[in-house]
Amino acid sequence: MNRLGDLERAIMEVLWRTDSALTVRQVSNGLPQSLAHTTVMTVLDRLAKKGFARRERDGRAWRYRPAATREAYVAELMLTALAQTGDRDAALARFAQSVSGAEAEVLREALSGLEREHQESATEGDSGVGLWGQWPTRFFSPRSP
Amino acid sequence: MGAVADAVLLAAVAVGSVRCARAMLHVSWPRRSPAAAILLWQAVGLAGGLAAVGALLAVGVSGEGPGTGVLGGLATLTRRLADGQPFAPHQPLVLAGVRLTSLVAGFALFTALCGVLVMAFADAVAARRRQRELLALLAHGDPKVPGALVVDYPAAAAYCLPGIRSQIVVSVGTLDLLAPAELTAVLAHERAHLRARHDLVLIPFTSLRRAAPRSGLIAQAYRTVALLVEMMADDRALRVRGLVARELATALLRFGTAAAGDAPAGALAVAEGELTARVSRLLSPPPPLSRAAQATVVLAAALLVAAPLLLLVAP
Repeated sequence: MNRLGDLERAIMEVLWRTDSALTVRQVSNGLPQSLAHTTVMTVLDRLAKKGFARRERDGRAWRYRPAATREAYVAELMLTALAQTGDRDAALARFAQSVSGAEAEVLREALSGLEREHQESATEGDSGVGLWGQWPTRFFSPRSP
Repeated sequence: MGAVADAVLLAAVAVGSVRCARAMLHVSWPRRSPAAAILLWQAVGLAGGLAAVGALLAVGVSGEGPGTGVLGGLATLTRRLADGQPFAPHQPLVLAGVRLTSLVAGFALFTALCGVLVMAFADAVAARRRQRELLALLAHGDPKVPGALVVDYPAAAAYCLPGIRSQIVVSVGTLDLLAPAELTAVLAHERAHLRARHDLVLIPFTSLRRAAPRSGLIAQAYRTVALLVEMMADDRALRVRGLVARELATALLRFGTAAAGDAPAGALAVAEGELTARVSRLLSPPPPLSRAAQATVVLAAALLVAAPLLLLVAP
């Protein structure tokens, strides 16, 4: 992660934390580490240009507020990722699309079948394999994690 | 060979490509060797496009004199236009009109095909840039998924952003949903996408779908190729040491059924069966095509692309 990206992120965190528009000094005060006034101003300016922050005049100073809530941005991010329509298909590759209805039911059954199978083979493996194979597990079993 | 004969043969290649695409929708061997099938799909698409454009141009230049071929005819035409002669000599007016229309249509089709390709690519790049910007502000790392970005979102989501600075993104909902081995499987699958640049494989089909959104054949072709790409990534993921097909399968099952009910029903008819196909393929993998069969597919793909190219260049 680059330094500039970290700064933008830290400053957005400060803006998201409050409901009111903040001056550069107020943003500086809200940051975990102290930064030069001009640095904070530059980053706020960048954020405004990218559309993440909004600037408003307050007398001689500028005040900044986030253009949208953090939740709104998360929603935008994930909406693109989960979209079932094909418009953005080329932009990213999803792991799997979700299914519903009859297919989901069939798949859920398949999943529980697989889990049962796995558990059975795991218990067989525990009692029949290796040094501990003959250990009387009914009376003593190693502490489970 | 005359330009008219070229036009007829090119049109035949174009029609043959469509026939081939139709047939490829209904055969079952592609899931045995997805890589070979994807190569053939690309060849079908490329040959179809080239042949359609070529056939129109061939008709367009058929008045440029005998024995010039399509590209030669275009060269003659350009020279003639440069000399200030808009029409070839000795041709009836109606025929000249037909040729001109066909020529314009050929160039228009070529421009449109290239245009949608560029647009699809540009849109994808823009959407990825926006994703990266948002991720820089919102995402964080997590030791459960080394190398991936995590977003605080309750539903299951996992995807990758291809490109030079590629990125794998996973939601917190996914971390809660999947066991560690399954998460490894998801990451391996996404890394396979990134490494093989599967996004570039799909771009021609995305752009075709944009060019002809109503075409059922193109929509089906896109879905088929997309599924094959997923199967290819599944195969590649299983090459990761210690990763078992069952874990990838349960990851898919958990993931695919987690959001059921939330998603709009109408959109899902499209994806019906794809997850089932991937899971059943993982659990009982079909034997891959024999070497000879794969070589045949590759040869067919090469011939399919070579045919329209030869017809365009041959005098």
